[in-house]
Amino acid sequence: MDIIRTIISGILIATGCFLIVIAAIGVVRFPDFYTRMHPAGKGDTLGQGLVLTGLMVYEGFDLISVKLLIIIIFIFIANPTATHALAKAAYVAGVKPWVKDEGDGK
Amino acid sequence: MFNIAATVIVLAAALVIYRAIKGPRIYDRVLAVNVIGTKTVVLLALIGYIYERPHFLDIALVYAIINFIATIAFLKYRQTGGLD
Amino acid sequence: MSFILTAVIMFIFWILLSGEFNIVLILSCIISSLFVSYISHDLLIGKTDIKLGLIRTLRFIKYIPWLMWQIVLSNIDLVKRTLHPRMPISPTIFSFRNELRTEMGMVALANSITLTPGTITIDVNKDEFIIHAVATELAEGLMEGEMQRRIKAIEGEAGV
Repeated sequence: MDIIRTIISGILIATGCFLIVIAAIGVVRFPDFYTRMHPAGKGDTLGQGLVLTGLMVYEGFDLISVKLLIIIIFIFIANPTATHALAKAAYVAGVKPWVKDEGDGK
Repeated sequence: MFNIAATVIVLAAALVIYRAIKGPRIYDRVLAVNVIGTKTVVLLALIGYIYERPHFLDIALVYAIINFIATIAFLKYRQTGGLD
Repeated sequence: MSFILTAVIMFIFWILLSGEFNIVLILSCIISSLFVSYISHDLLIGKTDIKLGLIRTLRFIKYIPWLMWQIVLSNIDLVKRTLHPRMPISPTIFSFRNELRTEMGMVALANSITLTPGTITIDVNKDEFIIHAVATELAEGLMEGEMQRRIKAIEGEAGV
């Protein structure tokens, strides 16, 4: 029973780490500000959620896992909101989006 | 297991620092700092498990809140030139 | 009413975070939760009818599994686009009509759009949502408006 739980949490943590790395690569690799927000808003949110869920499974049910759940819920609300605030600030400041085949759009 | 995960997350954060240094705009830098901050939350939770001290989770929770508020406050300052 | 409810929520939250029971802690817990809810009891609950708020919360919980599935799909899509050597992206900005009335609904829809495949919310106002999509075909998927229908169902009938 304990071994199964460890394996499940290992899989969850590994997937989450993979998504976090993908988000980092995306932030470095995408061509302009708006597209960079996609990995930051999505990949990071689910990546963290998965790693913390993995820790929750490893822990079992007690006060610590409730704390982890609070962190997960907070991140799922706050991270998209921060992304949205950034996007709006850039949009109001007049950052032009990158469009395919038309210059580099910096 | 936790050691490997923590190492991977630190490496990912190091990748994002490239974007924070290179820019080219201030919004890219804020985005990079925000991403690093959210990775730090996970890192703190993992450190709590590596050293078997669950109190690190409280720090992680507070850090998540501070990270969010810092981003919002900076953007508000940037947009309006003040924090009123 | 909202004062008592906020105080109870703060109390439960304190217990969950501390996990220790002795007389000093419980006393400071009661004092601080009463103080916090005295300052800010109109922030958390607001002017919404509490019964309606409860019904909406229950409906929202039913919406979460669908949202989770969409988040998984969006991450698979993101991984494909990030690791593809030529990066198959064609970014566009578009807008669609806002049919929601409550602020909570707008927040929920904006966050859901950010978390689902290939789209992020840039701006929300009373009339429209402005969306940035990483590829044109994903924008069309959102325009069908299934998500807005679901959030409208959560909002339900009259009341703010």
